This record gives sequence, C-alpha cells and structure tokens, in this order.
Amino acid sequence: MLSLNRKTKGEALFDLLNNIGMLLICFVTLYPIWYVVVNSLNEGVDGMRGGIYWWPRIFSFENYMGVFRNPGIMTAMGVTVAKTLLGTILHVFFTAMVAYAFSRRELIGGKIYIFIGTVTLFFGGGLIPTYLLMKDLHLLDNFLVYIIPVMFSFFDLIIFMTFFREIPDGLEEAAEIDGANDWSIFIRIIIPVSMPVIATISLFHGVYQWNDYFTGVIYMNNMDLQPIQTYLYRVVAQSSSNQMVAQIPGGIGKTVTSQSIKLATMVVTTLPIVFVYPFLQRYFVKGMMIGSIKG
Amino acid sequence: MENMRPSPPRRHWMRKLHRQRHIQIMALLGIAWIILFNYVPMYGIIIAFKDYRIIRTIAEAPWVGLEHFKAFFEDDNFVNVMKNTLGISLIKLIIGFPLPIIFALFLNEIRSLRYKKAIQTISYLPHFLSWVVLGGILTTWLADVGIINNILLALNLIKEPISYLAEPDYFWGIIITSDIWKELGWSAIIYLAAISSVSPDLYEAATIDGAGRFQKMWYVTLPSIKGTISILFILAVSGVLNSNFDQILVLRNALNESASNVIDIYVYQTGMLSGRFSYSTAVGLFKSVIALILLLIANSVTKKLNNTSLF
Repeated sequence: MLSLNRKTKGEALFDLLNNIGMLLICFVTLYPIWYVVVNSLNEGVDGMRGGIYWWPRIFSFENYMGVFRNPGIMTAMGVTVAKTLLGTILHVFFTAMVAYAFSRRELIGGKIYIFIGTVTLFFGGGLIPTYLLMKDLHLLDNFLVYIIPVMFSFFDLIIFMTFFREIPDGLEEAAEIDGANDWSIFIRIIIPVSMPVIATISLFHGVYQWNDYFTGVIYMNNMDLQPIQTYLYRVVAQSSSNQMVAQIPGGIGKTVTSQSIKLATMVVTTLPIVFVYPFLQRYFVKGMMIGSIKG
Repeated sequence: MENMRPSPPRRHWMRKLHRQRHIQIMALLGIAWIILFNYVPMYGIIIAFKDYRIIRTIAEAPWVGLEHFKAFFEDDNFVNVMKNTLGISLIKLIIGFPLPIIFALFLNEIRSLRYKKAIQTISYLPHFLSWVVLGGILTTWLADVGIINNILLALNLIKEPISYLAEPDYFWGIIITSDIWKELGWSAIIYLAAISSVSPDLYEAATIDGAGRFQKMWYVTLPSIKGTISILFILAVSGVLNSNFDQILVLRNALNESASNVIDIYVYQTGMLSGRFSYSTAVGLFKSVIALILLLIANSVTKKLNNTSLF
C-alpha cells in the first residue's frame, strides 16, 4: 500500500517490462491457435500456397461443410459426445458416492478402505495387464470401455472427501431426524451443496473424456465406435490423409484438401472445450487447491 | 460408560454395522471397483516372470524367472530407450519445473486485477487442447513449407527448409518446448493460489525495510511458497519417467525413432504391436520400480532440506 502513489523509475521500468513479457506470452500462446483457425477458413487449394498468417486470403466455409458432410467424422463426433456426457456423469456420481461413504468418520473399515485406495496412487498394472483384463471382461470393441474403466478415480475421491468433510454435520443430522436414509441424504443434500467440487471434477473428467485418443487406439478396432480424437490421431500421426478426402461425397472435392479438412476438424474438435472452460474456471481453481495442497 | 450400555460389545458392533449398511454398500461398491480395475492388473504383472502366450491363462503359463528382464537389458534398444527416457525427463524437470514458478511470480506482480485474470485465462487455454490437435498444429508448423521454415528462410537464417520432425536432433527440443507451451499457465495456477495466501503484512514490512520488487520476490514470496514447491517437486520427480506418452506417440515417426523411443513407447510397441506380452510387461515393471525409487529419494531429500514431505 505504501508504494501506491509514489513509483520510482525502477518500479516503472519493472512494470513496463513485466507487461511486455506477459503480452508476449499471451501472443505466443494464442497465435498458433489463431493460425489454425484462419487457415481452416481459407479455401483449401489456395491455402496450400501458404502465406496465410493473420486473415484468410480467400474466405470459405467449404472445409467446414466438408467436415459436416463426412460421415466418418460425424460418427466419431457422436461417439465423443456420447462418451463425454455419459462418462462424466457416471464418473462424478460414482466417485462422489464412494467418497461420501469414505468421508463418514464412523464407517467401519474406513481406514482399511482408504489404504486399499491409496495404494493405487502409487502402483498400477501397466499397459499389458490392463489390456488383458479388458479383453477378459469383453470390453474390447465395446463402447463401455470408454466409461467403466475410468468410472472411478481415487485421486478425485480425495478431492471430494476433503470437500465433504467440511460440510457441517448438522445438515445431515437434521435430515436423519426427518427419517432420510444415507442414499437420500447423499442425493438430496450432499450433491446439491457440493456443486463447486462437482463442477471441478466434471470439467477435469469431461476434458479427459473429450481429449482421450489412446483408449480408442488400443481397445477399438470397430471404426464406427472410435472417438474423434482417435480419428484425428489416425490422420495426423499416421498421415493416411487421403482417406479423408475420399470420404467426402462428390462435387466439393476440388476446393478442399486433406490438409484443410484436417484443420477444420481440429477446430470443430476443440471449440466445445474453448466455450466451456471460461464458465467453469472459478470452480476449478478452487478444486485444484483442494486437490493438490492437501495431497 | 460401560454401565450405560448393557449389550455386549459384539452385538453393539453389529448394530453399528447394521445402522450404517447403506454407506457400507456405497463404500464396498467402490472397493469392488478398485479391486477389479486396479488390483487385478497388479496381479497380472506376474506375467513378467512367466512365459505368457495369449492362448494360456496367466496361472497356467510356466515360470521363467528374470529371463524377460535379462532380455531387455541385453536388447539393442536398451541403451537408446533409457537414454531417451531419462534425457527427456531430466531436461523437462530442469527447465519445465521452475518456469511455472517464475511465471507465477511475475504474473503476481501485475497490478491490474482484470488484466492479470485475462492473462491467466489465456495462459492455460492450451492445457485444454488434446495432444492430437497440438500434434496437428505442430506438424503443420514444422513442415517443409510450414511457418517456421518460411520465417527462417525469409530471415536468411537457413538456406534450405528443414524437416524438423524427420530429424532426431530436433525431437527433444520440440517435445520439451511444446510441453512447456501447453502446460505453463496451468502449472502456475497452484503457485498463484499459494502466493495469494501470503500475508500482505510481510510485503508491507519488506517495503518499509526498503526491499525492491525482486528482493520481495526472493525473500518474501519464494520462502512463503516453499512447501507447495516441495510437494510439487516430489510429484514431478516420481512422475519423471512418464515422459508424456500421449505427446510422443503423436509426434514420433520412423525417422525420429532414435530420439523418440522412450520406455512407454517401447512397451506399447513390443506389447501391443508385436504381441510380446510378457516381455513388455517386464519392461513396464522395470520402469515402475525406478519411478518408485525416485519417489522415495525425492521424498527423503525434501524432508531433510525443509521438513516437507508427501509421507
């Protein structure tokens, strides 16, 4: 507070340089994304000449039309939307439910349960044993492979549990006197008062579900059940880009290229997340703190 | 107390269990899930010591002891895989760990709250993009006709375009830079949160003592968030061998293999693509053991240094 009205020369210089540095970081962060957006909005064949940095040269929505007319991309998009919605709801509900039970201090065996869970933070089976389990459970080529194996996370349970323990006991006791059992206390009282932490975990898991491509790569041979990220992975990393153009039904194949369709697909894939995260940010900063500092 | 509850302790315990049957069901559903999806794969690790073929069950497969581990140590890929894993991880730790702290310190010095918030929001945007999308951006940028080559050619810094992703020499640099680009803002959140809880009195006192901005950062802010830094450092060290599988899988190709083949990629290749289940499980287990040792070392070192530890 002291230095508020008087700013020395050094202070002013520091602020100036700091501001410039921060603006530079913002530019470096945003520009690669902007570059993809403007190139995806440029006519594909013209775009191959390069040199589009700030604004489309020949503005065109053809690439996006190509994306939306491609049955393969749209199916993959549908799979992603379905697995993100269903996966997130189940993950949050199930993890919160177990966390609620674990958070009750009178729970018989509670200490052992928490020990069993804590072990999983440090040890795991690894890729192959996990794959063999999925195979034995008949989850290969099964949509449920996106949902059930990630329905629970002990790390998220800790975040929930920390939050639940702060809820005043009086709230539960009052409901108990009114004759509510633990299930209805959890659903009607605990969930509604826990919206900040539920929003946080939903965002984390939703982003995970939306962005995960590896599950599709190893467990899914059925192309109709692959998510959009797996589809993109097969195009980006394995550069079998021709398959994309081939799938676009007649006519517009002349102005779009595999590259321009790829860019438009990347934008379409990313947009939902970009729209959602600013709304949830005040929640997840809090959630991160609960989760990490007490860890 | 005993006199007030005449029922024997055993019945009392059962009554308690009965009263909490609903939360017991909730808890046990979770435990069942953990046992199935976490502990069963841990049991599956024993195939690292067996000769497991897909037709046999795990129990039937014959024991072979440490044969698969020996095979890995003698494999031509061993030195290369270890070099890439440790090299990428170490550089990430040395450069990638302090940068978010520095960023948070300087962001904290921004006076306007709205401006600060805007920068923060922008800086963690890339965290929410998938590595597949970023891989697409990077392959576009780093292509022969990509923006990087165009700029360098225009500035006369290079004579011919370079295929960056086809050159092993550039691979580590690309991996580390893009990882920092993606996670800098996100990793800084936790430090900013810790900084915001430092008492303003300390800064005021430092100002009265004539401390400048850098001195306040060094003598007030940094010591105040030492605990947070230690915890995150332990976690970073124990996770150091996870050299971002998702990221490398997207960016690797046959040409940069000598720089991109890390343990996780090697496990994926030998296990999933070549079907050598026992061998690749052994390699994965070897990695986990090293990671555990690193975790214990980091934990005891930070404990000695400043009395903070994970356990």
